[in-house]
Formats: sequence, structure tokens, C-alpha cells
Amino acid sequence: MRKMRLILSLALCAAAWGGEKDSFLLRNATIHPVSGPAIQNASLLVIDGKIAEIGPKVAPRGKVKVIDARGLHVYPGLIDSGSPVGLAEIASIRETVDTGEIGDFNPQLRALIAINPSSEHIPVVRANGITTVLVTPGTTGGARGSTSGGLIAGQASLVHLDGWTWEEMEIRRGAAMQMTWPVIQTGRGGGPDLEGLIPGLAPRRVTFAEARRNQQMQVQKIQDFFDAARRYQKAKAAGEAIAPDLRYEAMIPVLDGRLPLMITAAREREIREALEFAARERVRVVLAGVRRPGKTLDEIAKRNIPVVLGTPFVTPLEEDDAYDEPFTLAAQLHKAGVKFCFASFNVQFARNLPFQAGQAAAFGLPYDEALKSVTLNAAEIWGVADQYGSIDKGKYADLIVTDGDPLEIRTQIRMMFIKGVPVDLESKHTRLYRRYMARP
Amino acid sequence: MRAWIFALAVSAGALCTADVIVIQNGTVHTVTKGTFKGSIVIRDGKIAEVGEKVMTPAGARIIDASGKHVIPGIIDAHTHIALDSINESSVSVSSMVSVEEMLNPESISIYRAMAGGVTVCNSMHGSANSIGGQNVVFKLRWGADARGLVYDKAKPSIKMALGENVKRQGSPQGLQIPGLQSPQNLRYPGTRLGVEDVIRDAFTRARAYQREWKDYEARRARGEKVLPPKRNLELEPLVEVLEGRRLVHAHCYRADEILMLLRVFDDFNIRGVTLQHVLEGYKVAREIAERGHGASTFSDWWSYKIEAYDAIPYNAAIMHRKGVLVSLNSDDAGGAELMRRLNTEAAKVMRYGGLTEDEALAMITINPAKQLQIDQWVGSIEPGKDADLVIYDRHPLSVYAKVEKVFIDGRQYFDRDEDISRRPKIEAEKEGLRRKLQDQQKQAVPQNRRPS
Repeated sequence: MRKMRLILSLALCAAAWGGEKDSFLLRNATIHPVSGPAIQNASLLVIDGKIAEIGPKVAPRGKVKVIDARGLHVYPGLIDSGSPVGLAEIASIRETVDTGEIGDFNPQLRALIAINPSSEHIPVVRANGITTVLVTPGTTGGARGSTSGGLIAGQASLVHLDGWTWEEMEIRRGAAMQMTWPVIQTGRGGGPDLEGLIPGLAPRRVTFAEARRNQQMQVQKIQDFFDAARRYQKAKAAGEAIAPDLRYEAMIPVLDGRLPLMITAAREREIREALEFAARERVRVVLAGVRRPGKTLDEIAKRNIPVVLGTPFVTPLEEDDAYDEPFTLAAQLHKAGVKFCFASFNVQFARNLPFQAGQAAAFGLPYDEALKSVTLNAAEIWGVADQYGSIDKGKYADLIVTDGDPLEIRTQIRMMFIKGVPVDLESKHTRLYRRYMARP
Repeated sequence: MRAWIFALAVSAGALCTADVIVIQNGTVHTVTKGTFKGSIVIRDGKIAEVGEKVMTPAGARIIDASGKHVIPGIIDAHTHIALDSINESSVSVSSMVSVEEMLNPESISIYRAMAGGVTVCNSMHGSANSIGGQNVVFKLRWGADARGLVYDKAKPSIKMALGENVKRQGSPQGLQIPGLQSPQNLRYPGTRLGVEDVIRDAFTRARAYQREWKDYEARRARGEKVLPPKRNLELEPLVEVLEGRRLVHAHCYRADEILMLLRVFDDFNIRGVTLQHVLEGYKVAREIAERGHGASTFSDWWSYKIEAYDAIPYNAAIMHRKGVLVSLNSDDAGGAELMRRLNTEAAKVMRYGGLTEDEALAMITINPAKQLQIDQWVGSIEPGKDADLVIYDRHPLSVYAKVEKVFIDGRQYFDRDEDISRRPKIEAEKEGLRRKLQDQQKQAVPQNRRPS
């Protein structure tokens, strides 16, 4: 309760600042820029939402508010590189879920425009230090790389977890095109395991040859779609009179290599095919939901292909895998020289993003890399590292102030700033906590 | 596959060595008697001595735990692992079935959960019906057969369930799978009103059945010649509940249904129930505490269905502060996932609600032991208790902690270094089998004709 009151009083004093609400001087803190080593007992000056100065002694400029952060730590806000937060409220109730549109190819869909800024999930997630989320229109990243939302689910949008409207939340509305590489499925595989729920409803088991044919047909569909989009692009560039098509229009930035294609591919075979495809099509690719890269790991590293890792909080892929296989994956990627970031690919557990990185650090990933995987690496992968992802002069002040290591579970997040503006850390959960603790 | 599991089992067996083991100079979290730097003497599968200084018997196997942390084996009061079948959902009262018959000792979940520090678990019937089947408490003695796993000191128990999962098969929308649901095969109940009725009706019938038997015994004692009543396998376990010989684990979510259930238990004088999930338990913590029932909950799950929309991660802390005996569980079904990290689930009650380290550890050790009524033998590090112990490389409530060794009944069942050093051999064996299979397939092509 004492800690609760402290958070509350900090929030209140934040609200009472008035005047320049996105400028302040924070003093006596340990600052962890992530881009460099920690600076003890330092100050941080934020002017107009941007970091103006960092150092042992910084003079207040004008009448900016001064925050004493003695004993506290400052980190960049954490970034979740894939979650449908804001698009899905209650997982089991379809009416509250806006992921997974009907159809195989929906590149024209933009996650941003359906984000509910009043979702109860938003304050809950940010209370754990997450300022920024790549909101995905598909539901990628199941344990076996399953996805709903077709082969191309739409455009994922990078947003801040604060704003009165989705426009105010926007960082980049088209940050990545979300795609899933088809998987060879002989029986169970993608999707929910209905077998356990209703006997007789198990997906029909097919032979490997048949499953392979099905998969090849889907791959061909992707190729045909890209070919058609390219013809559209050429015709348009040549000034031909063609009927506008929003799907192909949306593909142009992908074909140009301006918009990264985030392809979910869990296992070696899918990864290899996806990489071959990306090379042939000369598109920028980011791999997502990688679980078993096998021999493709070297190529991923050599071609500098970034990877979005899902949660390590899953069971090993196979019965005879090592018990810690999901925990050691990040360390394996790091050792191979692959740049990666973490995604929750989930709504209710999005708040556990920092612990995903912590778990990877427990199983061999160097701590600094773990921290980068939820901050600077993510900003670099989504092309916003010039403005976000670390505490550096000139970047936006997306900050969290904590009483310790943000990847450690017992650490408390004391303050949050998005673009220098203090953000409320209260949520439905803290409100109910106070209400029912007070019940006589 | 089987060969590999067998190899693991055998090498686990090989880990068992001296009769006397001393775990030296570790940070010992006894959970019930404080935390200190000290040692533990294990003799004949039991904890013989615990203290800052202990006598080291000659010939004892010494395990140096300097810089390491030792806690009692983790107890998971709610899982469904290692069961070949979980739900008998065709009836609303399935008290006649037992998941103990479904226990699969070869399930890899046992090894994985144990590698996460779990030594005892309550593997339960599912939540498809108001009164479900009988559960099984077992020790994760990887390599033992089904009978060898079962923890025979644990009191028998039964599963009950309320709310959405139970209603589902009574709902015209049901699972919303066309063709499978029709008005003819809807199962009563379809509402929370009906759920109460099913439970009340079952215990009313059980009480009548109990009376029938008592009458019979009385008349027989008087020397009358009477035929015994017809045995009823559905009601017998419920009579055991009424007589306090069988525990109840009741799956519930919303405050209203929790209160309803408490009232039903009052009416039938059913005590010492463990409310499972109990995500809105924080709203009626006073009512739960007054009756002395327990609560086994998730650390931070919410919003996966409407009855979980008011779930908060402060639930455990509120209930604990209001006097409820609280444990944290995994509810793992498909495989052991959360079971591997219940230690960090416990750490979440420090983050959300500010409980102490001891309170957090208690929620995965002594508290679930009390709920399963096995706290006399397990759940803390005390002389005389089973030597179910876990050694971590650092503080067990840290996200960076790894399990290094696990002991059950004084026998070592897990060693992280050995697990790692075994991997190349297993990989080579798998590769060999793979090649053999490929060769066989190649040779099989011309000989593929069956004799006519």
C-alpha cells in the first residue's frame, strides 16, 4: 500500500505540474541509456518532449519542474514488437476481437484504425513499463507458428500506449506487413487443438505428400499475389489506365523495399522457403515467431535479417527436445550474430514482456542484449531508432523510472513518460485492488 | 522416443547414490522456520537435520551449495499433466470416474515440471461439469511406474466446477461449431442457476444414500436380516465428501458463484474446500476466510473469457491479507509450461501487492501442501519431513534463477549439468535411428510387394 501511495502521489504531482507538461529535469538517478553504459547519480533534462541533456550535473533550464529520483533508475520505455493489444479485449468473445480478418490476402488492412484507445488492456500493459507496441492485425506467433488472418494479415502499426484517440497513439501506421509462411500440416499443427475438446473433431490427418502439396499450393498463391501486385505497380508506373486496387496499392511499399515484410516462420523448412522468397522478390524481410532455425541461422545472420522472437514461455516444440529449448533460443540467436527483439504476440500476457527477456538472460543471453531486445533493437528493427529506443540526446523522452532492473519481476515501475509527458500508471487492476482492499 | 525416455529414466536412477546426503552451506529457505545460511542432512529419504551448523556423518555424499539457494520442493495444487484423458463431460455429475486410472508415467511433462522444481502435483479432472471426477496427487518421481508416482499419503479429492466451462454444453450457442450442437444433445445446466441446482441435488441425493446405508448398518447391528442398499458409485465419493474423508477442489471465477458455492457447502457442512482459480476471490475474501476455505489461483491471468475480465494480479495478495490460505498453480494441461516457473509466478505477488519473500514462497510450497493436507510430510524444510528439495543457482524469486538439482524422497531426480552433458549422446542416438530408418525405407522399396 505504501508503494501504491507513492505511485499515486507521483502521478498527482505530475498532473499538477501545469505549464510545460513535456519538459522537466530529473535528478539523482541512475540512467541506463541502453546505447551505452549506465551513468550513476546523473540528471536528465527533457525539453519539449525530447532529451536535451544527460550528465552528472545539468542546470535547470527556465522554469522546468525538477523531479528528485534519488535511488531510482531510468530506462527507455519498453517496446513490445508484436501484440494485438487494443484490437482484442476478451479473447473468447469474438465481438471484442478484431484480429484475423477473413481472406488470404489483406495487405490493405491497417491495425491502427481499429485500436480502441479505451481498452482496459492499455493501462494494464503500460503499468509494467511498456510504452510502445507493434499492434498486429493477425494473431501470429503461436507455439508452432500458427496464425489466423490468412497469409497476409495486414499492416502492423507502431503505437504509443497513450492517447485520447488512435491518431494520438500513432508512431508509424504502416510499420510492417504481417505475413505467414505456409506450414506443412499432416495433422495437428496450427490453430487450437480441438481434438482435446471434442472427440472426432481433430483435423483430418493427411499423408506428408498431400500436406506438402497443400502447402505448395499456398506458396504458389503467395507468388501469384506478388506477381499480380508487381504487374499492377509496373502498369501504374508506366501511366497505364488501370482500375485502382487497394490491395495492390498497399503492396507497393513492400515491393519497393520501403515497408518490411514480417514473415512468421517457425521451423527450418518454412524459414528457408521464406528467405528464398524474400531474396527472389528483393523485399525487406523480418522473420517472426522463429523457433527452430536449424541450418538457416547462419544465413539469417549473414543477410542481417532481423528476428522477432515470441515468448519463451512455451513448451519445447518436440517431446524429445531439451527441457529448456524455448529458454535458450535467444542466446543461440545472439551467439550467431542475429539481431532480434521480443514480442508477446498476446494481449493478456503482453505485460510480461520484460520477463520474457529476463528468462532469456537466465539461460545464456547477456543481460545488456536482453535489455536491448525490448528497447533499442526493437526501435532499430522498426526503423524508429533515430527517435526512440534509447536515452540519447535528441530522442523522444519515452522513459520509465523504476526502483531496479525492469526485467526482474519484483521491480516496481514508479513513473512513465511518453514524449516527455507523464503517464498515469493506474489501471483497472489497481482500481479494483484499492476498492476491494478497502472493503470492510 | 521411448528409448530416449528410458535412457533418461535410467540415468535418473543412476543419480541416486548414498543413503546420507548433506547439502552444505547454502541459503536455506525453510519457508516455515526462516531463511539462513546453513546445511541440510538427508537420511533415508527424510530431512534429518537442518541448521546453520550440522553434524556431517561419515560417508555422506556432500553437495556444496555455497552461493546457492535451497527451497522445499514446489507443490502445484492444480494441474492436468500426465493424464491420458481429463474430462468425462457427458454427464453433469461424473464423480464415479477417477483420473488416477489415466496417469501416464511416460509423459515428458513430469520430467519438465520436475526440472522446474515441482516435486508434488495435484493432477485433476477437468472443468466440464458441475461435479467432476476424482483427482490424483503424485510425486514427480520420473522413471517410476504409475503406481510408484502416486503419493499415497494424500487424501482423496474430487473436482467441482462452476460458470462458463460448465454452462458451455448447456448453451444453444455452445462451442459454436455447426453440426455438433443441437437442442437434442444440450446438457443441463446451461446457466449458473442450474449449476447450483446440480450441486445441491447431488449432495441431497448423497445425503439420502448415506442415510440409507446408516439405516441398513443400524438394522443389521440390531440383528435384523436386511438386504444392503444397492451400491451407487456416483454418490459414494460424495458421501466421502460429506463425511470429511474426501477433499473438494472447486473451479470458480465470479464472486457471485463463489458465494453461492460457499452457501451450499454451509448447508451440507462441507469444510476445508480449496477454491480453484477463484479469480474474483478478492471480492469475497472475507466470506472465504470466515469459513476457513482455501484458494488456489493464477498470478496474473485475465481477460481470456468474460468471467475472467475482473481478474486482477492483486487477487492472491488481497485474499492472503484478508486471511485466506492462498496457493498459486499452473493449470497446465497440454504440457508442463507454467509448472517450470512457479517460482517466478510466486515473485509476482511481491510485484503486485507487496507481499514478502516468505509469503511468496509459501504460496508454492507449504500453502498448497496444507490445501492438499500433506503439510505434515512436505511443503517446508523441517526435520522429519520428506527430503523434497530444490537447489537454485540464485534467489528462487529472481527471474534469473535456474533449478540446478531436484531431490524427491532424498533421491536426486534432476541435475542440470547432467541433463546438458547427456544431450550430445541423445542427439547422436536420434541421428543413428533416423539413418537406420532412412536405410530401411530405401531397402524396402523393391521388397514392398506382399506375398499373395
